[in-house]
Order: sequence, then structure tokens, then C-alpha cells
Amino acid sequence: MSVSKLNKQQFGQFVDAILAAGRKVVGVVAKNDRFVFNTLKSAKDLRLDYDVTILSPRKYVLPQVEPLLTFEVGGDAKSVKQNEPMILLGIHPYDLIAINQMDELFSEGEYDTHYMDRRKNITLVACDVAKASKNVFASSMETAVADKGYDILITDIGDAYLLDAATEKGQALMAYAKGAAAATAEDLKKRNAIQEANKTGLNKHKLNCKPSYLPKLMETAYNHPVWEEKARLCYSCGSCNQVCPTCYCFDVQDRVNWDLKTGTRVRCWDGCLLENFATVAGNHNFRKDRSARFRHRLYRKAKYVPEKIGGQIACVGCGRCVTACTADIANPVTVYNRLMEERTIG
Amino acid sequence: MCECCGNGQKDIYLPQMATITKHRMLNGTEFYMHLELDSGKELGHTPGQFVEVSIAGLGEAPISISSSPTQKGFELVVRNVGSLTKAIHKLTAGQKVGIRGPFGSVYPVELAKGRDLVFICGGIGLVPQRSFIRYVLDNRKDYGKVTVLVGTKCYDMRLFREELAMWQERKDMTLMETVDESHDCWDGNVGVVTTLIPKIESDLPKSLVLVCGPPVMYKFVLMALSEAEAPAKNIYVNLERRMKCGVGKCGHCQINNLYVCQDGPVFRWSDLTAVPEAI
Repeated sequence: MSVSKLNKQQFGQFVDAILAAGRKVVGVVAKNDRFVFNTLKSAKDLRLDYDVTILSPRKYVLPQVEPLLTFEVGGDAKSVKQNEPMILLGIHPYDLIAINQMDELFSEGEYDTHYMDRRKNITLVACDVAKASKNVFASSMETAVADKGYDILITDIGDAYLLDAATEKGQALMAYAKGAAAATAEDLKKRNAIQEANKTGLNKHKLNCKPSYLPKLMETAYNHPVWEEKARLCYSCGSCNQVCPTCYCFDVQDRVNWDLKTGTRVRCWDGCLLENFATVAGNHNFRKDRSARFRHRLYRKAKYVPEKIGGQIACVGCGRCVTACTADIANPVTVYNRLMEERTIG
Repeated sequence: MCECCGNGQKDIYLPQMATITKHRMLNGTEFYMHLELDSGKELGHTPGQFVEVSIAGLGEAPISISSSPTQKGFELVVRNVGSLTKAIHKLTAGQKVGIRGPFGSVYPVELAKGRDLVFICGGIGLVPQRSFIRYVLDNRKDYGKVTVLVGTKCYDMRLFREELAMWQERKDMTLMETVDESHDCWDGNVGVVTTLIPKIESDLPKSLVLVCGPPVMYKFVLMALSEAEAPAKNIYVNLERRMKCGVGKCGHCQINNLYVCQDGPVFRWSDLTAVPEAI
């Protein structure tokens, strides 16, 4: 499909036209000196020049707290849906890839209607990274650019934006773009240069192997001392889980309303680093050692989840866990590189 | 097209209602209930599986199915350990709970045909094992020798006492029971369940061995079985984990790469020997 070009003023008008049509748009906005995904009120608030957001857009495809059922206490329950149509605007490729992975995980095996119905109503507008964040390593994870999985991909080529509408949803949204021109060969060359630069430039931590090697690396890493060494400093706070765009473990809880007669069964984020993540009734904790929980997270990213989604590595190199970790132990690259150096085979 | 959503896909988190038809306390902490689905349909489980039981407002918990699919309705045994299970203990006939499932892997009911079977049950491990034991007894001619070992912490905690007494009387099966601590009213074996393993008369290397009990038990039972030359491929374990969603999504029940709610709870032990978090 063809790539359109909007100058920066036209692009602002495009976003404002979508908002004026009453569509819900969630975009990247500044929050003090950092950035967040939030409901967008005006194009002038949109910051496509951002480096990274505090939380990933996961919070819109899998909300922190999401109603699954409403019920009468002690009685019958009914399904509820939280699937308001929404445009997610300004997703970096690594976050986009995380959402694409989650789509596979919630539709493979038992089909999760709550997730999938919401997801179908979300239009994904991605944008190429304009500025590397301080801990990004997407180049190492081969997630710095995306060639699929978006409805529209935006690239800032300096004086204008290029918009690549790849799906029907994306094309429908382009109806709001007035004055769009077709991108010239020169424009596409600029876009290509930006993407090629990102393929190597978003790399504050360099992984010393191809990501596709990680599942194999993990086969012999289970009893390595690095798990205990790192986890000795772990506070089990779960920050690495909360900021991770690919973490999707959840708890299910019943919340009773103030009338004490009705309530909601909700799904809410959980984290495998939290102390009681694997605790069962009777207080038996099946993963009570910090080192076992620390190891489990990095095995999930490099081996367990990839086994479910055709080998895709479930760390997309956003670097958020590196920034969020109080003890400075969460960086997956540090651990994987250490395992690489001291690997026993292959 | 189902009524809960518009796209023909079922809501995997929506329970169906079931009504309690019978209930009683099995001991001081274990509550037995017989249930029937309000839909009038049978649950359709195979021995080894579990359901998610809920009371709206209190939450949901995974509970093993204790009855054989050869009987009408289904039976659950719930230990009083938290707010949900405490509320379940207060339910009476005619009251309802939400049910999702059945979920998970099953005992090798077909593969076991013609084989000698040894059930090793520790504490409430008898509950899921009973589903297969009763299935075998209802199809008795299909199976070889049946040996059931039951170990209970103390005399007062013994489960299904009348049923154990009936099994004790049967000529077509062998029941061996032990309690961990001696008691004035108990003149049987005293000691942990592993002490019964040398007394098994079936040819252990050729029997199928089904094991279920508290987490601490597996290591010792599996060591004893290994000494008795029962091959790992003939041993099945039924494992407990925190199975929150039951459908392989929420991540709580994982043992390494395996999801106990889908790959388990019944595992062939030979499939787990290289899975370090299993036992």
C-alpha cells in the first residue's frame, strides 16, 4: 500500500480531526520530564519525539484492572466487556511487537474473548523511534523497527511525517488526513535511513548473541550462580514486571460494591517476582526463593514464552526494567551476556 | 453463537451454576459436597481433572474432582483454609456455587486397562485419586490388581472412612492404610505412607503407579518407588499449584515451562524428571 506524507501542520490537523470526530485517542504526552500514554485532548499535546514512556501501552490492551464479570454476591454472574474503540497513537516498534505477541498468547489455546474483543477495537498507530532512551536495547533484540503488526506506521522525516497505512483500519483512519501527498522516492529514502539507523542505534546495552540463540543458551543455564548473585539484592517489588510490555500474568479477584449485594470479578496485573505469586492455600509457596523467581522471569522471556509463540523472544529491549529496578539487577542483557561468557556448550 | 458475547466465542471466565444436592463433613476440616449442574448436563470430566469453584464475592479456587464420571453429578472435597473455602463449608443442600471446567490432563484410564494399579495417596491426595479408583471399581474387569495405599497425618483426619471400610472388605482390591501418629483408636500401621511401599504385592516394575499427596510427600514416595524399581514412565503424579485461570493464561501454576492447569495436573513422572521445579 502507498505511503502518505503530511507536513507537520497537516499532521496536527489530522489528529485534531480524529479527536473532533469524537474518536477516543490515546497518545504519548509529557509528564514532567518523562512521557506517558494518556487520553489525548489535542494534537498539540502529542509528543512523537519521545524516547520511552514510563509504562508501555500494555495498560490499554490489558488494563491494570479489568472487569470480567458482574455478579450478585453469592449468586449468578454475567460477562462484561471493556472494549471501547480506541486509537493508540505513537507506539514504538518494540512496544508494538509486544502487543502483537500478546495477541497470539491470548488467542492461542483457550481464546480469551475479553482481551481479543477489546483488541479488535483498538487501532494501532505506531511510530519509528525518534530519540533513543537511556536504557533501550531494541537493536539487540531486533525489535527496533517493525514491518508488520501496525495499522499505520508514522515516521518523522524532519519537515513532515510519513504515514504507512497497512490495514483497512489504518486506511479508514487516513480519511481524516486532509492534504496528504504521496511520499516521494526521496521521502522513502529518508524513512529508510531512519529505520536503518535505529536497527543499530537503539542499543545502550549490547546483547552478545542473536536473540534467537537465547532459548538454546537457557538450556544449560539453570543452575548458574548468576541467579543467586543478582537475586541477593532483589526486593521482590515486581517493578520489572509492572513496567514490562510483554509481562501478562494476572490475578483474578472479586470486588464487592458498597451495597454489599453486587460486585465485579476483575482481572488485575500480577508479577512473578512478587513473593506470593506461587503460594497456594495452606501457605505453601512453590517458588519461595528470590533467586527462583528472578530466574523464572528471565526464563519466561528467553525460553518459556517463545516456546508458545513460534520462537519470538519475549523481551523486546525497551529497557524499562533497567530503569525501574531499584537494586539495578533487572537488566536482562547483563544476565544473558554473563551466561554467554560462561556457557558450557554450543 | 453463545449468549455471553456476540462473536460465537465462549467467555472462558464465566462460571455455570451448580446446585449442592448432598454434603457432609468428612473430618474436622474437609467438607464433601455432591453437585449437579443447573444445565442438567453432566460435567463430562475424566478422572484426574479439576474445576474452578466460586462463590461470587469471595472468589474462585481450583478443586479436584473426587467422583468418577460413571456416576451422576460430581463430588468435591474442600478443605477450610481461606475465606472462600470457609464460606463453602457453610453451604447446604439446594445452595449454589459457580463451576468452570473441567480442566487439565487426565489419568491414563485407557492405557491402564489390563494393568495392575497402585494408588499412593497422602492426606487429601486421596480426593482426586478416588475419582480414578471409583472409575476402576465401576469397570473392575478392565483392570488388573488394584492396590490402594492411604497415609493420613492422624487418625482424626482420615477421609471417606465408610468407603475405606468397604474397600477393606472387597476381595478384588487391596487397601493398606497408615497414620503418621499413633492413636488409641487405631490398631493399624503407624508411619508415613512410604512405609507401606515394601508391602505392595503387585509386581511394581510392571504396575502403573498413581501418586497424589502434599508437596513434601512426592520426593520420598518417588525415591521409595525408584528403590522398588518402578520405572518413571509407569508413575503418574497429580500436582497442586495455584491455578488461578485454569486456561493457561495467568501464569501462576507454571512449573518451569509447563502449565499445571493444562499440561497437568496429572503428569507422567518420566516427563518431569528434567523439570526442576516439579517436585
